[in-house]
Amino acid sequence: MDALAAPVSAVHAKRRMPLLLAALVLIGAAAAPLYLHQTPLNLLGQFLALGILAVGLDLIWGYAGILSLGQGVFFGIGGYLMAMYLKMQGLQPGQLPNFMTWSGVTSLPLIWHPFESFPLTLILVLTVPALLAYLFAALVFRSRIRGVYFAIITQALAVAVSTLFVNQQQFTGGSSGLTGFKTILGYSFYARATQTAFYEVTVAVLAAVFALAWYLTRSHFGVLLRAVRDGENRLRFLGYNPTVYKAFVFGLAGLCAGLAGALYVPQNGIIAPGMLGMVPSIEMVIWVAVGGRGTIIGALVGTLVVSYAKYYLSSAYPDFWLFLIGTLFIVVVLFFPRGLMGLAELAGRAVRRATS
Amino acid sequence: MDAAAAVSQLFTGLSMASILLMMALGLAVIFGLMGVINMAHGELMTMGAYVAYLCQLLFAHFVPGQTGWSYLLALPLSFVVSGLLGWAIEVALVRHLYGRPLETLLATWGLSLILQQSFRTIFGSNNVFVSTPEILTGGVALGASVQLPYVRLFILGLAALSLGGVFLFLYRTRNGLMIRSVMQNRPMAASCGINTRRIDALTFAFGSGLAGLAGCALSLIGSVGPTTGQNYIVDSFMVVVLGGVGQLLGTVVGALTIGEAHALIEYFTSSSAAKVAVFTMIILFLQARPAGLFPSVGRVLD
Repeated sequence: MDALAAPVSAVHAKRRMPLLLAALVLIGAAAAPLYLHQTPLNLLGQFLALGILAVGLDLIWGYAGILSLGQGVFFGIGGYLMAMYLKMQGLQPGQLPNFMTWSGVTSLPLIWHPFESFPLTLILVLTVPALLAYLFAALVFRSRIRGVYFAIITQALAVAVSTLFVNQQQFTGGSSGLTGFKTILGYSFYARATQTAFYEVTVAVLAAVFALAWYLTRSHFGVLLRAVRDGENRLRFLGYNPTVYKAFVFGLAGLCAGLAGALYVPQNGIIAPGMLGMVPSIEMVIWVAVGGRGTIIGALVGTLVVSYAKYYLSSAYPDFWLFLIGTLFIVVVLFFPRGLMGLAELAGRAVRRATS
Repeated sequence: MDAAAAVSQLFTGLSMASILLMMALGLAVIFGLMGVINMAHGELMTMGAYVAYLCQLLFAHFVPGQTGWSYLLALPLSFVVSGLLGWAIEVALVRHLYGRPLETLLATWGLSLILQQSFRTIFGSNNVFVSTPEILTGGVALGASVQLPYVRLFILGLAALSLGGVFLFLYRTRNGLMIRSVMQNRPMAASCGINTRRIDALTFAFGSGLAGLAGCALSLIGSVGPTTGQNYIVDSFMVVVLGGVGQLLGTVVGALTIGEAHALIEYFTSSSAAKVAVFTMIILFLQARPAGLFPSVGRVLD
C-alpha cells in the first residue's frame, strides 16, 4: 500500500503552487462582497455553486474515468429540496404553495411535510442526492456496466427524471418549476445581506469540497480511483472490488451535485426541470473538459469560464452560442484534451525555459 | 381496455418500434464495429426528414400538382444525404479519436449542437410539415372500429426492408464480410489486408444513411423541427443497450420491446410516465443480463 502511495505523494510534493494559488483565489472570492455589486456578486455565487458540482464531476470523470451525463439529476434534486423549503417559507399554517392551489391540490402532500423545518431540509439535501447517486451507481456498476454504456444510461436517467418532474405537476410545479421565494429563516430573500450570506456559504462549501477532493485524490483512495480508470480488471485481479470504490465516488459526486443545486437555487431564484435534463447535464461535462480534467482546479476554472461565456454570449448572440459551445466540445476533445490547465502548464514550462 | 383500442395502441407502438429499429440498427452496427456512440445520430435522422421536406418544396416549385411523387425521390435521397454526412463525420472527426469512445461521444455531441443550430438557421425554428402522399392516405379497416393507417403500414414495411437490407449487406456481400471480420477481431482483420479505416467509414456512412431513412419515415407521421432527432436518440440508445450488439435479432427485439412497452404503458398512464417506467425496467433487466438480450460472445479482457 505504501509502495503504491509513496511515488504519488513525491510527485505532488513538488506541486505546492496550485494549492497556494487556490488558497489565494478562495480568499479573494470570500472577500468579493467588499468590492462587487449585487448583480455580479450574485452571478459569481451561482457560478461558484456550479463549481462544487464540477469538482465532484472531476472526481468521477477525471480520476475514476466514469463519464456521467446525468449530473443534472442530482443537482436538480438538491435544488428542488431547497426550493421546496423556500416555498414553504412565509405560509400561514394550512396554507399551500401557490402552484398547488392552481393545480387543485387541497392538502399538503406527504413528501412536502419535512420542508417546513430548516434542519430537516439540510439533512435531506446532504443525504438524498448522495444516496440516490450511490444506489444508482451500485446497481449499474454491479452488473459491470461501464464506459460508453454507463454514459448513455446516465443520459437516459437525466431524461427520465426531468420528464418525471414535468409530469408530477402537483408536487413539483411542472415545467415552470419552483420560484417566487420570499423569505428564508425570517429574512427577506432578495435583501443584500441575505444574498451575501448565500454567497459566503457557497464559498465556504466550495472550499470544503475542494479541500476534500484535493486530499482524496492524493490519498491511497486517489490511487485506486486512477487504477479504476486505467485498468479496472487489473485492479480486480489484485483483489480489490472496483465496484465499491466506483459507487462510493459516484455517491460523493452526487453529494457535490446536490449541494451545488441547493446553493444555486437561492441565488438564482428558480429551479425548473429544464435545468436538470439531458442538455444541461452534458454541458456540465464541458466545464470540466475545458478546465482540464483530473486536476480539480481545472474543473473550477472551466466552470467559471464557460458559465460566464454562456451568461454573456447566450443573451447577446443566442444563435452564435450553440455554434460556439458545439465547436468548444469538438476543439477541446480533439486538440486540448488537458484543457486550460494543460495550456497553463505548457505556458509555465515555456516561461521557465526562457528565464533559466 | 377493449380489443379495438388494444389493437390500435399496439399498432401505434409498432410504428414507433419501426422508427427506433431503423435508428438503432445503424447505431448497433457502428457500436459493434468501432465501440463508439454517435451522439449526432439523431441529427442525421433530422437531416433525412428535412430532405423529405426539401423534396416536397422542389416538386411544388418545378412540377406543381405532382407533389405526391416527391416522397419517392425523398426515400433514396435521405439515405444518400445522411450517409454522405455520416461519412464526412467519420473522416473528419470520429477517425481521429479512435480508441477514445468517451471523447468521441463528447465530440459528436458538440457536432449535434452545431447541426441543430444549422437546421434552425436554415429552416427556421418552427416545425415543418411533410404532406402525406395521396397513395398513403386512408387505411385498412379491421372490423368496425379499428383502422390501420397506410402510412404506419408503410413505415412498418420500410423498417422490415431496412432490416432485410442490413442483413443482406452484412451477410451476403463482400463488404459485409469484411465488416463482420473487423468486428470480431480488428488487428487480425487488418493483418489479412482488410483496410479497416475504409470499413469504419463505410459502416459509419451506412448506419447514418439508415438514420436518414428513419427520419424520412418519421416525417410522414409527425412534424419536423431542429430538435426532432434529440427526442429519439436516447430511446434508440436504450434499444442498443437492451438488445446487445452481438446480433441483429437483439436490435429487433429491443426496438419491439421498447416501442410496445412505451405504447402500452402510455395507454394506461401518460407518455412521460411510460418513459420513466421503461427506463426503470431496462435498469432492472440489466441486473440480470448486463450485456443485453443477445450479447456478443468474446473473451477479450484488458
